[in-house]
Amino acid sequence: MKIEDVVCTFCGCLCDDLVVEVEGDMVVNVENGCTLANKKFMGNNRLKTPIKRDGGNWKKVGLDEAIQTAAGILLDADRPLLYGWSGTHGEAQTIGVHMAELLGAVIDNTSTVCHGPSIMAIQEVGHPGCTLGQVKNRADVIVYWGANPIEAHPRHMSRYTTYADGFFLKEAFRERKVIVVDIRKTETANIADEFIMVEPGADYALLSALRAIVRGKGDVLPRTVAGVEKEQLIRVADICMSAKFGAMFFGLGLTMSRGKYKNIRNAIELTEELNRHTKFTISPMRGHWNVYGSNEVFTWITGYPFAVDFARGIAFYNPGETTSVDILKRGECDACLVVGSDPGAHFPGDCCRHLADIPTIQIDPHVNATTHLSRLQIPVAVTGIDAEGTAYRMDGVPIRTRKVIDTTYPSDSEVLDKIYQIIRKET
Amino acid sequence: MSELLIKNACVIDPLNGINGDVMDIAIRDGRIVEDVGSSAEVIDADRCLTLPGGIDSHTHVCGTKVNFGRYMSPEDMRAGRTSRNGSMHVTSGYSVPTTFGNSYRYSTMGYTTLLEGAMAPLEARHTHEEFTATPHQDMMANTLFDGNWSVMEAVREKDVKRAAAVVAWILSAAKGFAIKLTNPGGTEAWGWGEDVSSIHDTVPYFEVTPAEIIETMIRANELLRLPHSVHLHCNNLGVPGNYRTTLDTMNLVPDLNSRRQSLYLTHLQFHSYGGTTWRDIDSRSEEIIRVVNASPHIVIDMGQIMFGRTTTMTADGPMEFKLYMLHHNKWSNHDVELETGSGIIPVYYSKKSVVNCVMWAIGLELALQAKNPWQCLLTTDNPNGAPFVKYPEIIALLMSKRYRDQECALLDPRTEKRVPLMAIDRELDWNEIAIMTRAGQSRALGIESLGKGHLAPGAEADVAIYPIRTTEIDPSAQFQQVMAGFSRTMYTIKRGRVVARNGEVIVEGANSTIWVKPRVSHEYDLGNDPEFAKKFQQYYTVRMRNYPVQETYLPRGVCIETEADL
Repeated sequence: MKIEDVVCTFCGCLCDDLVVEVEGDMVVNVENGCTLANKKFMGNNRLKTPIKRDGGNWKKVGLDEAIQTAAGILLDADRPLLYGWSGTHGEAQTIGVHMAELLGAVIDNTSTVCHGPSIMAIQEVGHPGCTLGQVKNRADVIVYWGANPIEAHPRHMSRYTTYADGFFLKEAFRERKVIVVDIRKTETANIADEFIMVEPGADYALLSALRAIVRGKGDVLPRTVAGVEKEQLIRVADICMSAKFGAMFFGLGLTMSRGKYKNIRNAIELTEELNRHTKFTISPMRGHWNVYGSNEVFTWITGYPFAVDFARGIAFYNPGETTSVDILKRGECDACLVVGSDPGAHFPGDCCRHLADIPTIQIDPHVNATTHLSRLQIPVAVTGIDAEGTAYRMDGVPIRTRKVIDTTYPSDSEVLDKIYQIIRKET
Repeated sequence: MSELLIKNACVIDPLNGINGDVMDIAIRDGRIVEDVGSSAEVIDADRCLTLPGGIDSHTHVCGTKVNFGRYMSPEDMRAGRTSRNGSMHVTSGYSVPTTFGNSYRYSTMGYTTLLEGAMAPLEARHTHEEFTATPHQDMMANTLFDGNWSVMEAVREKDVKRAAAVVAWILSAAKGFAIKLTNPGGTEAWGWGEDVSSIHDTVPYFEVTPAEIIETMIRANELLRLPHSVHLHCNNLGVPGNYRTTLDTMNLVPDLNSRRQSLYLTHLQFHSYGGTTWRDIDSRSEEIIRVVNASPHIVIDMGQIMFGRTTTMTADGPMEFKLYMLHHNKWSNHDVELETGSGIIPVYYSKKSVVNCVMWAIGLELALQAKNPWQCLLTTDNPNGAPFVKYPEIIALLMSKRYRDQECALLDPRTEKRVPLMAIDRELDWNEIAIMTRAGQSRALGIESLGKGHLAPGAEADVAIYPIRTTEIDPSAQFQQVMAGFSRTMYTIKRGRVVARNGEVIVEGANSTIWVKPRVSHEYDLGNDPEFAKKFQQYYTVRMRNYPVQETYLPRGVCIETEADL
């Protein structure tokens, strides 16, 4: 059976035009997907049952026992951390936040090691953005800064930017100019009209130089800035200012390099500056398919997009203090629940060591690096394959993911709700 | 079966012509009934003011831009925090509270029904998710059509029926309630960083004017027999001299509906400015209200501003950018493909700013000069003019000349020469306030027949009992008591259940979402229309099949089906 208009739950592009062929409880073919999507839909190495550590070994346990154990660990903890949430649907995120509220826990999502600094910059200066269709239909100038969509968001360029024909651009590839800023010549840089090779860690200076030119103060600039010739900067600023509609996309190359949120602040202020001349927007290239959803859900319930600490009874937010990496590094939390992410593969060594020292529970369909740090893992259905639910695309457009096969795995929300009900009774 | 009897209620129920009678109200299974049995639970209202549950006909509480207002403003979140308490969740925020914060604060003020002022259809699912998390009010969503490409194409072809068909499909898909136009044409122009500056400017590429969009949509609205009229945020919001645009707009409106207005003009304070720049801005509330008074087919809401900090948020993207150019604080913008735009900036309204003083005066003047309170409803365009928690202060200002004088003495001294407020002696009475905060909204939104905004048998049992004895206080002098009384109900009853008492919400909520589905003939069902489908295949970034909001997002949806003339 072929199912059309299937939503891919891999990256923040949230493509919703996949055609998936299923036989029984197996996906046998995927059309329109990128290699990442194909791998995700066709992959087949799920954990079969909940597993619990028993001395040095793993022992298989039933779902009910796993849920009881998880609830017990969380109830016993003084300062539990509920981390992850980007790889699950909004309904599960909602339960997670309410659970954190009851437990007086810290709840944090993967933004903490990803676009957290972008959010902090937005909290200082705002965010002039738009939906991706606005870019597709209008933008004649595209900037990718510290982002390599060809490898990380493979269909971003064909669905939304460079190659996407739109209403006002019938032959997009010819009519659009693409500017790429990176420290190395990436695959994406290869197809750029202008490639700016910036010295590592010098993005802030480069953004400042562009702002100076846009403000008409180019005279103050030296011959090169951040390893880039002034002539090229003037040329690029001119392309941006004469755009009918410009759209900048930035990735972790800008967010997580030296300067961090100050870089993003500078990029947003450059965008704001350009809006005095023409129309320009800026958007983060969000990684996980529903990381933006976790920001949205956290925000409407608690007021903050990530790193929310309920220990005081109220919702408290202070990145650097209430962010997961900082809490783990200080050895502060005494239990951790990981949902829909893999901190074992992404967190600093110290943090992973602490995760291994405390009772860590993972809710995830697959065995991954975090499994090795955990005491208990509960496998669940994969949202978008055997469970459905809400996801927010990188630009904030909410889409309901589909369920294409039936399996016996419970969904994230079902497992979390069972744990939540136990906690509710006990608190 | 659950029964409740409210005894000794001093009832003001304008839709039923009841004005201050002390009576009992019987409730069975969520509805008002003639009488209940002797085993019914009894509440003694002790001759306190008892009104139908409050209705806000224009507020921004849920959805993409509201949540972005929270997201970008940790300082605002920090300005209003409560911890978990009984069945109340944690809340954060002052001008843009979290969903539960909004819901609890509205509920403790006696509000039981809200109309979200602006929802982009593409992002409707988000609004509905937040509606579910605003559990103590029944919710409705104004649905944005100001820059909709399919609508503008129909307008260009002068095809009202086609425009109506587009509205029918999108309204059903987005599970929206009414047609909202925010700076019609201007939001599309903003896609190129431009705006329109009069109702006769043409929109780039589409070659239609705001006037044509407005007129077509008013007619389309009636073809679809929607409960509410077109809900319009005029062009040129906040621009000195914009009262001319507003007058031009009001002159366009035909009288097409005998039950209610044909056009609802929202937050009119922001559209009643004279002068040419910020230096010589003055009030033109008199010119505006003269037309309103002569046009029974128009209803407005105040859009009152109150001094202090707040966050402005609107689909009017170009306006927010202009405002940002004045304030230089922070600015967010979010254009929505093929549909609309939006913008957010924080602001501080100051008594030291003569511009802000003029704005403050205009809102009050509109309400005080409107002859018919059914035509001028109380709002702050929450949170644009002020957070809704300021409503009790506004009520007190409208009921007390003395309070107004006291406040006017603190304004920038230049204000007096620019506004007529100081010369207005009128003080509104309890009945007029009841009209402006619930009965008028019910009629204007067309939800009277759902049992909203009144207390006759058959009505929804949404009731607010305030600790005010109207016979014992003189609002003109005791305005502090008026303010305190309207800030906190003794009881808020939602669908027959006491949900809040003395400022605390005591149960978990179970609201409904009211949406509209116009029934059209096969010929006008755009689900089958290749030209309409092409928009999704080629220009939207979401597939047509993934666009409609599934019913699972409206766990207690109430669908109003209309028989369209199509």
